Amino acid sequence: SYTADIISTVEFNHSGELLATGDKGGRVVIFQQEQENKTQSHSRGEYNVYSTFQSHEPEFDYLKSLEIEEKINKIRWLPQKNAAQFLLSTNDKTIKLWKISERDKRPEGYNLKEEDGRYRDPTTVTTLRVPVFRPMDLMVEASPRRIFANAHTYHINSISINSDYETYLSADDLRINLWHLEITDRSFNIVDIKPANMEELTEVITAAEFHPNSCNTFVYSSSKGTIRLCDMRASALCDRHSKLFEEPEDPSNRSFFSEIISSISDVKFSHSGRYMMTRDYLSVKIWDLNMENRPVETYQVHEYLRSKLCSLYENDCIFDKFECCWNGSDSIVMTGSYNNFFRMFDRNTKRDITLEASRENNKPRTVLKPRKVCASGKRKKDEISVDSLDFNKKILHTAWHPKENIIAVATTNNLYIFQDKMN
Amino acid sequence: QEKETLSPERAEEAKLKAKYPTLAQKPGGSDFLMKRLQKGQKYFDSGDYNMAEAKMKNKQLPSAGPDKNLVTGDHIPTPQDLPQRKPSLLTSKLAG
Repeated sequence: SYTADIISTVEFNHSGELLATGDKGGRVVIFQQEQENKTQSHSRGEYNVYSTFQSHEPEFDYLKSLEIEEKINKIRWLPQKNAAQFLLSTNDKTIKLWKISERDKRPEGYNLKEEDGRYRDPTTVTTLRVPVFRPMDLMVEASPRRIFANAHTYHINSISINSDYETYLSADDLRINLWHLEITDRSFNIVDIKPANMEELTEVITAAEFHPNSCNTFVYSSSKGTIRLCDMRASALCDRHSKLFEEPEDPSNRSFFSEIISSISDVKFSHSGRYMMTRDYLSVKIWDLNMENRPVETYQVHEYLRSKLCSLYENDCIFDKFECCWNGSDSIVMTGSYNNFFRMFDRNTKRDITLEASRENNKPRTVLKPRKVCASGKRKKDEISVDSLDFNKKILHTAWHPKENIIAVATTNNLYIFQDKMN
Repeated sequence: QEKETLSPERAEEAKLKAKYPTLAQKPGGSDFLMKRLQKGQKYFDSGDYNMAEAKMKNKQLPSAGPDKNLVTGDHIPTPQDLPQRKPSLLTSKLAG
């Protein structure tokens, strides 16, 4: 299938009314939730396409001989301040601020212009009229308002908007920059882990996020499984962390794969700001910001893959970067897996569930059936064995509505939106 | 000498080393980091570029544009030959 359709990021806006997706072809598609229909009180509104636009184009940096993909790595919404919506979208090198606005009326009745825009011969004008606004079919327009370019030598993996709503950070493999949303010709470097001698490189930055409430605090994760919390009040360059979160490893268990599978692919603060969640290859960990030496909760996503690491290394799947997300009340966390499976963990009941996003379950209002993978031994009916899993069907990107139990799950090139059954 | 039962991870490591005995002794990490940092790099340096240019003199320029998998030094697209991206489809499949 057409590879440009591969979904590369999914994000709800702050109200949950809008859902943005970015793809490998550099496009952004925004869905809008229908207003609740009073006659259909048994379901929440559906999401329909609201706007679609080309955010980034492929580029070639001739000086460095570098191909720059147009793939959208991340989208982050700004909170809504007026009628228009704003979002940041980024590819490997350039971040753009997009304004999405609605137009539902147009001026008509100009004296000097025809309705189609042609100018009238002034000598034919005999009376004057006052132009008025008349309703028109809703048009949604996206326009780029700011382009933040040329600040990253390496590939951007994260953007995060500060709780001050004025600044945001962008992180690449070795550096993190702080921007002001209004200013495109300057950014401040706040983290730089590039060694003087590149041969001494041992770890890279894999994700970064601002704290949801403290505008001076942010975290960044590494390929070695550590998370550093930094306070921008401490110094201009936050190379020295305020806190270092790392789970001690059992040295006798160390293997060739240990570091690769410990690499953190995503880090997300809880809405409360008290916890943060990290995703590594096999698990999801919840950290209490007050405790650096180990996570408070660990959830196994697909432990059965531990005995398949050799083949997962050979087919490169071991480098897949899964994301994770919290529900609105921070009681449930969700992440994707292979075979179009995704997993949810309830932090209170300690129950977990595996669900599948596939066309077979595609009929609206079908209740999803829990799935189960059989790691070894006799496979029960309805279970799927590890060797039958399709590793090409990966769910890397998922999002949870900020207020309701509505989730968006992206398979390779399809988007699924699920909501919980209402009685 | 007693043989310990290997943890699943160590067993997988043994499998990998049996398949690829020359795999670096240091734990997987740095090689991947360098590969990750160099993503998108088409030519190593101008020497690489000139090598490819010399080879290209004896070859016809492919009309479809360079294969992404070509080893650098074997092919050299001029800026005009870089793969022309298909015109952007304004509608992605999701919006269709």
